[in-house]
Amino acid sequence: MTARIGVVTFPGTLDDRDTQRAVRVAGAEAVPLWHKDKDLKQVDAVVLPGGFSYGDYLRAGAISRFSPVMESVIEQAKAGMPVLGICNGFQVLTETHLLPGAMLRNNHLHFICREQKLRVENAETAWTADYTAGQEIRIPLKNIDGQYTADERTLDMLEAEGRVAFRYLDGNPNGSLRDIAGITNEAGNVVGLMPHPEHAVEPLIGTGRADGLGFFTSILKKLVNA
Amino acid sequence: MARVVVDVMLKPEILDPQGQAVQRALPRLGFQGISDVRQGKRFELEVDGPVDAAALARIHELAETFLANTVIEDFVVKVEEGQETRKAEEAAK
Repeated sequence: MTARIGVVTFPGTLDDRDTQRAVRVAGAEAVPLWHKDKDLKQVDAVVLPGGFSYGDYLRAGAISRFSPVMESVIEQAKAGMPVLGICNGFQVLTETHLLPGAMLRNNHLHFICREQKLRVENAETAWTADYTAGQEIRIPLKNIDGQYTADERTLDMLEAEGRVAFRYLDGNPNGSLRDIAGITNEAGNVVGLMPHPEHAVEPLIGTGRADGLGFFTSILKKLVNA
Repeated sequence: MARVVVDVMLKPEILDPQGQAVQRALPRLGFQGISDVRQGKRFELEVDGPVDAAALARIHELAETFLANTVIEDFVVKVEEGQETRKAEEAAK
């Protein structure tokens, strides 16, 4: 049976269609989920895509956290369901405290849109198993609230437990502490990152490479083997 | 009705790039001698009914869970007395 991967749309989400497409390109079934619905339609995993949910009012991701769909996502994530948060989705995951830390405005205050080199630090999460630890990938980055921050104790804990999943290479684009581009929860089922793998799943678009496809094939493989 | 003000500020140890950008613009505008600027948010809540201890506790919870992200921000809850005082003055006239 095909794996069903839910993609949540909040008001202001931009990248839900690209994410659905990435899921299909990887060979899974993309299931659209609406922010007002508590029902997750029996999906096997959920992606919180990029964009500006609720216009980023209050703080990026802060209002989405209290949407009906997130009640179910939080509950299921804690029970082990794989969840990937991309950009605004990562912000939502920190606001829900499924992932530690918080996101600040980029240190230079500019919106940034560029091709970003990353190192995959942890290839054992639900979303990174198709990569190898230390692998360098290039995927698009576009945000203004992308500066990852947490207190020293949290950062040390993340490093010690191997929970820094991705690090920026060739220049830190936003002042993120310790060049952190993405992290995972302790169990490895919840992953968040600022750059956009869903925009680089086919050579024709994005970076001209398909470096982001591994996220979606990783989860597929995990679900099929589960 | 009473007004409760919630002031939210980035914690002192958190870099505030917006405040810094404002501060850097000051000399250009002819304002000297201001060595630091930090930018926060002010929420004005119009509350129905009396702002008693229970209502304040609820607002405190609201601030802590929603208005502020306590990973990076501090907040202060204040009851604004002005309005009620004004009303009392008018009544006295």
